[in-house]
Amino acid sequence: MSNLHVPNPAAGNPEGSAPIRIAVPAAEQPLSQAEQPISAVRRYLLSRGSSSVSDRIFAGIMLLCALVIFALVALIATELITQSRPSWHAFGLSFFYHYNVDPITHLPLFWDPVNGVFYALPFVYGTLITSLVALCIAVPLAIGLAIFLTEMCPRWLRSPLSFFTELLAAIPSVVYGLWAIFVLVPLLRDNINPIFIRIFQLPVLEKLLGWTHLFGDNGLFGGVNLGLGLLGAGAILAIMILPIIAALTREVMSAVPNSQREAALALGATRWEMIRMAVLRNARIGIVGSIILGLGRALGETMAVAMVIGNSPEIHLSLLSMGHSMASVIANEFSEATSDMHRSALIEVGLALFLVTIIVNACARLLVWAVTRGAPARVQ
Amino acid sequence: MAARPRQNLYSAWRTVKDHLATSLAILATLLVVAPLVAIFVYLIYKGASSLNLAFFTQIPKPEGEVGGGMANAIVGSAVVLGVASFFGIPIGIGGGIYLAEFGRGTKLANAIRFTADVLNGVPSIVMGIAAFSLIVVPMHHFSAFAGGVALGIMMIPTVTRTTEEMLLMVPHSVREAALGLGVPNWRSVLSITLKTASPGVITGCMLAFARVAGETAPLLFTALGNQFWSVTLNHEISALPLQIYNYAISPYDDQHRQAWAGSLVLIALIVIAVSLVRFFTSRGTLKGAS
Repeated sequence: MSNLHVPNPAAGNPEGSAPIRIAVPAAEQPLSQAEQPISAVRRYLLSRGSSSVSDRIFAGIMLLCALVIFALVALIATELITQSRPSWHAFGLSFFYHYNVDPITHLPLFWDPVNGVFYALPFVYGTLITSLVALCIAVPLAIGLAIFLTEMCPRWLRSPLSFFTELLAAIPSVVYGLWAIFVLVPLLRDNINPIFIRIFQLPVLEKLLGWTHLFGDNGLFGGVNLGLGLLGAGAILAIMILPIIAALTREVMSAVPNSQREAALALGATRWEMIRMAVLRNARIGIVGSIILGLGRALGETMAVAMVIGNSPEIHLSLLSMGHSMASVIANEFSEATSDMHRSALIEVGLALFLVTIIVNACARLLVWAVTRGAPARVQ
Repeated sequence: MAARPRQNLYSAWRTVKDHLATSLAILATLLVVAPLVAIFVYLIYKGASSLNLAFFTQIPKPEGEVGGGMANAIVGSAVVLGVASFFGIPIGIGGGIYLAEFGRGTKLANAIRFTADVLNGVPSIVMGIAAFSLIVVPMHHFSAFAGGVALGIMMIPTVTRTTEEMLLMVPHSVREAALGLGVPNWRSVLSITLKTASPGVITGCMLAFARVAGETAPLLFTALGNQFWSVTLNHEISALPLQIYNYAISPYDDQHRQAWAGSLVLIALIVIAVSLVRFFTSRGTLKGAS
């Protein structure tokens, strides 16, 4: 198989040795099975034509099944576009950057279903910030885990550990949300956030770096510390996308030919130098691809985020403040949408999410694809 | 051998860096494993202490009252997942057969494969909106059927890709032998190739099943949820993930307790389903297939 696929969340591991490589054994073959021409024997047998009618019908039905996938994407796109038309006509592109000003408090007003104000900026902001926080936490850990699993781990520990991380991917999103509400949020509120608050409100830092607006009472860790909010949502997202990034990173790293490692070691490199020069350098494009794939998952993750982000359509710099993400606003308000315009605006948010995740996923796919196809790498 | 001191210093520095990197990698691994262990331990502890017989036999009590169970949600999940499998699995397997047997190497097959991978990454909530506007809007009410279709759509790309990969592992000689005996091609694909690959294909279907079994977002505005018994496709229906969500954000302690119990049951069902299939199909794995 030349193209990688996302290891399925629940992909446990049958034999124990290579859990995500259920069907990727062919990296050592120069030509993957999908590209091999049909053999002459088979072509001859097929062309005898004793059952050509039923064969053609069968092939046609199978083709239809395959075309369903195209049809689905087209159908989803057209439905989203037609259903979001009212909001598109009312707000146009300003839907994503404009806002009204509240006449009483003089604060920006983005989203007020009762008065028919629908601007999606806070949701875009919330989605971006939570995904960014998640990536910042998850990427170093995932790469560390992948390095440990491919290069350092003793053999007996390897398969239980990777099975364990894959279990992490099998847990439903709503269970993560439940755990986040009752364990992660109190933990953040009582133990972790106070540390950050203290650091970010140090008078020295405020004086030196005040121009960045990231420090002090109105900075990155200002405001009320509730535990819920952008940081909590980012943290739970990080735990959720970790297994995806780690599994794919592991896969591209173990696709690096052993000869590269041996060459580096033979030249006298230490293990870390070998990893840095031979493994990470060869796998870097694939690692970027897997990070983008993790980003795609983070952007669209709904339930866990909806349960901890706090659900208020506002924009604050502080990571401790409540927010809303594109997916969570749909989950929260869609079934209770009061007006057609409200529903249409929510669908437009969904359309934006659809387009963004398609683009992000396509990029990641192409990157990972390019890596695993380009190098005739040998599997460990 | 007495090396020069500068070289010694440099190689000591390199050793330090090596050890540093090793310990950082181990630290990262521990940091990943820690929340995992925490989640599992907490889930098992909270869930097991909240489980009782009533959970499996009773329907939810009105808000604020203690007791009741999620029997209707368990049955509802089964109904919705049944509908999803009815749509998702045959179409997915058909698509996989096309990719592996008929479309090998063609541009169309590559495009379909790519689209399937991309569709796999589309957020589940978007699938929910699509099912809402395709089925709920024309029918004018929420229904179990709509929920099943939303989940079925999500199963198709996963099943297609795993089926294709499993079929590609079947050796050419098997197909040629079947055709050489005069079996028509469609028959050879269905009863020889697909059958040879069936352990892998079934595993793929189960993985897709397990993935959608925990999905909440597409059901929020298709199946909607229900506090009462319902098994008809035409009405709102409850499902385990939906019920967990509703109870998790409710203010009552007893409902939190039930949410934990529900999570444990949901994960146990997923793990049991997957490992059962693994167990029964592991004997016939394709060994030595090209």
